[in-house]
Amino acid sequence: MTSAPLLETRALRRNFGALAAARDIDFRLEAGARHALIGPNGAGKTTFINLLTGVVRPTAGVILMNGRDITAVPEAERVKLGIARTFQINRLFRRLSVLENVYIAVAERVGAAPSMRRPAGLRRDVVEESMELLDTLKLSADAARRVSELPYGRQRLVEIAIALGLEPRVLLLDEPAAGVPSAESHIILDAVERLPRQIAVLIIDHDMDLVFRFAQRITVLVSGAVFATGSPREIGANPDVRAVYLGQVARG
Amino acid sequence: MTAPPTGWSDHPAARALAGRHRLRAWEPIPWLLALAFYFAFPKYLGFGTEVLVTILFALSLDLVLGYAGIVTLGHAAFFGAGAYTVGMLAKHGIWNEPITGLILAALVAALIGLGSGVVLLRTQGLTLLMLTLCTMALLEEAANLAHDYTGGFDGLDSLPIAPLLGWFEFNPLYPRTQYLYVLSVLFVCFVFVRTLVYSPFGQSLTGIRENTLRMHAVGAPVRRRLVLCYVLSAAIAGVAGGVWAQANAYVNLGTLGLDRAATVLIILVLGGHGRLYGAFVGAVAYMALAHFLSKIYPTAWQLGLGLLLVVIALFAKNGILGIVEAAVRRHAPRVT
Repeated sequence: MTSAPLLETRALRRNFGALAAARDIDFRLEAGARHALIGPNGAGKTTFINLLTGVVRPTAGVILMNGRDITAVPEAERVKLGIARTFQINRLFRRLSVLENVYIAVAERVGAAPSMRRPAGLRRDVVEESMELLDTLKLSADAARRVSELPYGRQRLVEIAIALGLEPRVLLLDEPAAGVPSAESHIILDAVERLPRQIAVLIIDHDMDLVFRFAQRITVLVSGAVFATGSPREIGANPDVRAVYLGQVARG
Repeated sequence: MTAPPTGWSDHPAARALAGRHRLRAWEPIPWLLALAFYFAFPKYLGFGTEVLVTILFALSLDLVLGYAGIVTLGHAAFFGAGAYTVGMLAKHGIWNEPITGLILAALVAALIGLGSGVVLLRTQGLTLLMLTLCTMALLEEAANLAHDYTGGFDGLDSLPIAPLLGWFEFNPLYPRTQYLYVLSVLFVCFVFVRTLVYSPFGQSLTGIRENTLRMHAVGAPVRRRLVLCYVLSAAIAGVAGGVWAQANAYVNLGTLGLDRAATVLIILVLGGHGRLYGAFVGAVAYMALAHFLSKIYPTAWQLGLGLLLVVIALFAKNGILGIVEAAVRRHAPRVT
């Protein structure tokens, strides 16, 4: 199974009552990919991420990682397999420091979290790694601050830092720049562009500048179904895509 | 900023994390005060013992409520389980050695915590609150019905508790042994809880409290952690109940009742939850106030307490300690 993609879905379907939020989605994410998922509001993009991470169970279809069926694997174990995500709306440990936010993720990954005896701050390995990670995202100067005190754009970076602390092989970014004032959005863009090459990244975003600059491959989702998949050039030139989606935003 | 060659341990954030478990200069003060109380107020040692037991009970609640964010109104279930374990074993002549009795009380309470926690902690919020209440009501009713073993509504009195370490008698009229014994038990349990909350496990409990969804997303076994925390807290509440039964040589349905569960919740909120010492401040403030108000206004003293609680709930969500912390921060803005 050398040709198996890192993450793959086959005929993945999820119904919420009468609404099909995901309709028979066939999707492939290759190792090291830079893949974007776009589509109008309500197209089912976040549902798709929830399906991939195990938050939502599919009604039908399978999810494969390296060719292995992980459809029934629970959320926490998928994290251990290397699937990490960020959230469209910040889900941070608001009253904790920036360092503690990342510490929690790293401690979980290296298996330090169940330990009840040694003080958390004396796990030097976890602290060092967390600080190192914050430094690569240019957050080390804010590490001691309460995360809720940071400007929103930097809070979004902490979202990414927590996910990176899990050392993912697949990183799912759900609108990383959502809600960030345009003056700050370049810091998110920079961070996304400098993500380690070996991580496969799937990004949802409405910012077409970001998507077309970043992605090597784009999948367009409309009403829960894959409408088109291709390179940015193909998607940009596809008249149907322009009609349903790109035409709605100001991009020529 | 780039990584200094010596690593990041000198960074303020790393220093804050590495230093927060260290003993602070004021931390011996409550313990010294407790010892001073023993010598200064020999006539009030019964009251003092009651306060110490309440602190221990509130501390166990702080672990689940303040740190893990589990909202419960049924914590007296474990207090009562511990109290009845000690009471029934002693009354029926099975076991009356105090220290091992406490260990048994902790085990029984922990088992009940495990059995109920596995089911309850699948739920959240109001459902969880109601279910904790129901669990406690079931236990209370069971204790009421099993009259032959529990004494039913009358409870069990004149418990023949053996002398502590084979030497120090528990005298209900001069509770000097009780006071020092409960103080020691409280100290041991406090060291345990303090170690726990500053550990990586404690940090992950805080994470669950702050954002459960995110904890799932970082791969934490959230429910297992919550159940474990619930069991440990139940064990400590069981110790509190056991030590109460030993100190009073007496156990009754009140140990399992809503009144006790609600009072300890009020005490913790009053003192400040998620702060370790909130249990101390809350118990002392509440019980001292109740004591004096009931002397001054025997008929309407609860009105005063109620007003105080309304004020705390409206203006000081983090309790008395929260007010103190805010004041300290205002005078030294870069302390944390």
